[in-house]
Amino acid sequence: MSYLVQGKKGEQRLFMGNEAIARGALEAGISVAAGYPGTPSSEIIENLAKVSKERHLYVEWSVNEKVALEVAAAASFAGLRALCVMKQNGVNVASDFLLHLAGSGTRAGLVLVPCDDPGALSSVNEGESRHFARLVEIPLLEPGNFQEAKEMVRYAFTLSEELRTLVMVRSVTRLSHASGNVTLGELPPTGSKAYFKHDGFILDQMEGAVISSPVEYKHTLQQERVQKAAELFEESPFNTYCGPPDPEVLLITSSACNLYSKEAVRLLQAESRVGILKMGTTWPLPPRFVERHLRMADTILIVEEVLPFLEESVKILAAELAPTIGVKTFYGKRDGTIPATGEMNPDRVVQGLARVLGIDYQPVSESYAQKALESAFFGAPERDLTFCPGCPHRASFWSIHNALQLDHRQGFVCGDIGCYSLAMRPTGYETLKTLHAMGSGTGVASGFGMLREFGLDQPVLAVSGDSTFFHAVMPALANAAHHGANITVVVLDNSGTAMTGFQPHPGLTVDAAGKAVQALDIRRICEAMGVEVRQCDPFDLAATQAALLELISSRQGPNVLILKQLCALSPERKGKRRFNMHIVETICMGENCGCNRLCTRVFKCPGLIWDKVKKVSRIDDVICAGCGVCASICPAGAIQKEAV
Amino acid sequence: MNGSMTALAADPYNMIITGVGGQGNVLASRLLGNMLMAQGLNITIGETFGASQRGGSVMSHLRASTFNDLSPQIPKGRAHLIVSLEPTEALRVLKDYGSEQVHVLCNMRPIHAIAVISGEAQYPEAEQLKGWITDLSHTAWFLNATETAMEMGNPIFTNIILVGALSATGVLPLDRDIFEATITRMVPSDKIAKNLEAFDRGKELIES
Ligand code: SF4
Ligand code: SF4
Repeated sequence: MSYLVQGKKGEQRLFMGNEAIARGALEAGISVAAGYPGTPSSEIIENLAKVSKERHLYVEWSVNEKVALEVAAAASFAGLRALCVMKQNGVNVASDFLLHLAGSGTRAGLVLVPCDDPGALSSVNEGESRHFARLVEIPLLEPGNFQEAKEMVRYAFTLSEELRTLVMVRSVTRLSHASGNVTLGELPPTGSKAYFKHDGFILDQMEGAVISSPVEYKHTLQQERVQKAAELFEESPFNTYCGPPDPEVLLITSSACNLYSKEAVRLLQAESRVGILKMGTTWPLPPRFVERHLRMADTILIVEEVLPFLEESVKILAAELAPTIGVKTFYGKRDGTIPATGEMNPDRVVQGLARVLGIDYQPVSESYAQKALESAFFGAPERDLTFCPGCPHRASFWSIHNALQLDHRQGFVCGDIGCYSLAMRPTGYETLKTLHAMGSGTGVASGFGMLREFGLDQPVLAVSGDSTFFHAVMPALANAAHHGANITVVVLDNSGTAMTGFQPHPGLTVDAAGKAVQALDIRRICEAMGVEVRQCDPFDLAATQAALLELISSRQGPNVLILKQLCALSPERKGKRRFNMHIVETICMGENCGCNRLCTRVFKCPGLIWDKVKKVSRIDDVICAGCGVCASICPAGAIQKEAV
Repeated sequence: MNGSMTALAADPYNMIITGVGGQGNVLASRLLGNMLMAQGLNITIGETFGASQRGGSVMSHLRASTFNDLSPQIPKGRAHLIVSLEPTEALRVLKDYGSEQVHVLCNMRPIHAIAVISGEAQYPEAEQLKGWITDLSHTAWFLNATETAMEMGNPIFTNIILVGALSATGVLPLDRDIFEATITRMVPSDKIAKNLEAFDRGKELIES
């Protein structure tokens, strides 16, 4: 049994924020959960999938976020509570349906949890989902600690049913991927029944067709719901004030920034000077509650991440209230007191708050800081990210890079989102030249591929992972096929959504809960689009390069090369070596070899070490995954593999 | 306000476990967190997952306290203890979070960054690293946990050996019984004996 459902009410657990969110959804009695994997959100669905059998849930990894929201919405329409989960980018993908769903309204509780990634710790942007709540007019909650992450999700379902609207609960990396004590609540009985009523009066949200027209009427209802939410939030226990009754500075904050702010006040020993107003209901703001607190001080500091969302909402209220509460001085992102980009942390808040309070704060002595900085400068060489030892992508990009060099026409690769995005950097021989949203590699390539008439004569490639292929590459490839774009799409199929931890996708024979399901064959899908398809093992460097050269020379519309090889960390491959590797010191020519130690200087698998003293390469047995690829790289044949 | 009810040297007590992606420091921080939580403390762990499997620097911030509202990120200069799975990572963390008060437990097995493998950067000598780390800490312990783990048959035990070593330093209330109770919940039953052996071997590395 998963520890998520073990333990009685009142017991404490060390839960990751994502586990707390999953537990909150279980305590709310959900029946359905759907999402698309993306760091930092993935563990929510994963944990729910693990308990799906014993809690009688339907849990799926949907093909993309828009579909995930549609699947969850169907459950709500049929009277079942449902949760939908994604990372911040996913909300962009889902936004088309999201806008309609906000208009049509919901039936049983429906909660959307986007996990934002301020600072882009594992993203290629730090976009925010909070603005979507305002944009599509649905209530927004932001948990300020781990316990609240659980409580808020549970409450969000009640709120959703009270207002008959989707509710958004926004998490961030430092809640989702951090852990803290959480006290368990009760798990309700399971066994809800689904039934979709659709033959009532058209304007009856609970019995008629689910639709967002007549638009003006429905839009008015939607705005009334938001107003009702503001009314309910006046009394919300998730909005708290902590500090003296007449602080010098009122700090207003939300989410994980609540924790940084408390820490900052403690570090500055400013408990008697600063009051912290933590908002858990950040859209719509409850106006009277905020007014009462704005009256407490004339100096306001707003701390949040990433964009000044709360800051703007508070300022609008303050402007409306100016005749009664007077003029306030605001500090925050707009005046630069708090950095406008990147993740917050206690130190960034300390800096801003110290400035507002006129305090000088030194974390450590100048001499220690200087000494530590120098030692780290000389002693800790930068660690660039790299593909794992034994990663099939290193081999794939080695071949792509070499094929493009041999071709001599300045070909380039349109990148995509996944582990293989790393190929922007030296670790993938800097092969990717564009990088945007999931599926955009193929979409952008499709555009480049139509520019022949304008003289574009360079080979155009795109890369895609297997999960990405289903998520958003299929429509882009259909576009390329239909219009005859002259491109080569390389599908880097490592049989799982590796970047986020091996969630299954439609190409695999299991679903989120481990049940057997139909696998869709990428090769046949491409063929059905009328596209020429080849398949190779990327570890076979020679065959892969030959296939690539042929495909990029063909000038008849799109073609596809599937490079299929298991991810080095996949449960099937992890820890299992195919080869024992060793380097024959007498053969290794080191700096004198073909291209001046090709293996370590250019190929750069972390499983290899350059022995400065002996001037030969070595295999690091702790790190090498035994894939055998470096044996094909060495021009001298010094690296030898022996099948295990 | 501070934790007279605890055996901690400070409240909050701030620990950083650092290493390179793939070394499993997330597991180590969970284990330590659960061992300390079993003693009635509030735990906060902040983890950086992004580079977790891709050779980048990975850090877990682990805090134990009687407070229940700690930030998952430790403020600059406020670490009390650094456990480093790789020596250059200890220096990287000391730069931001160290102070004259900090204790360091450091595994000496190097993992070469890509820039070192390719020859663009130099990896420092072990003795030089020890000198820097000692100079930047109150007390520093150095050990070869990876080698000991390989003697046991699998580098995967490095983390547990370090936890055992940590218990022998006496900086935290971590006894063998609590370890046994906690690891029993975290690993399958046939793995418990090997984990206990790793814990004991770690202890010996400090005690001998
Ligand atoms: S192992 Fe081969 S490629 Fe590497 S340095 Fe030696 S001869 Fe050159
Ligand atoms: S066999 Fe070679 S390429 Fe493969 S992981 Fe080991 S060192 Fe790296």
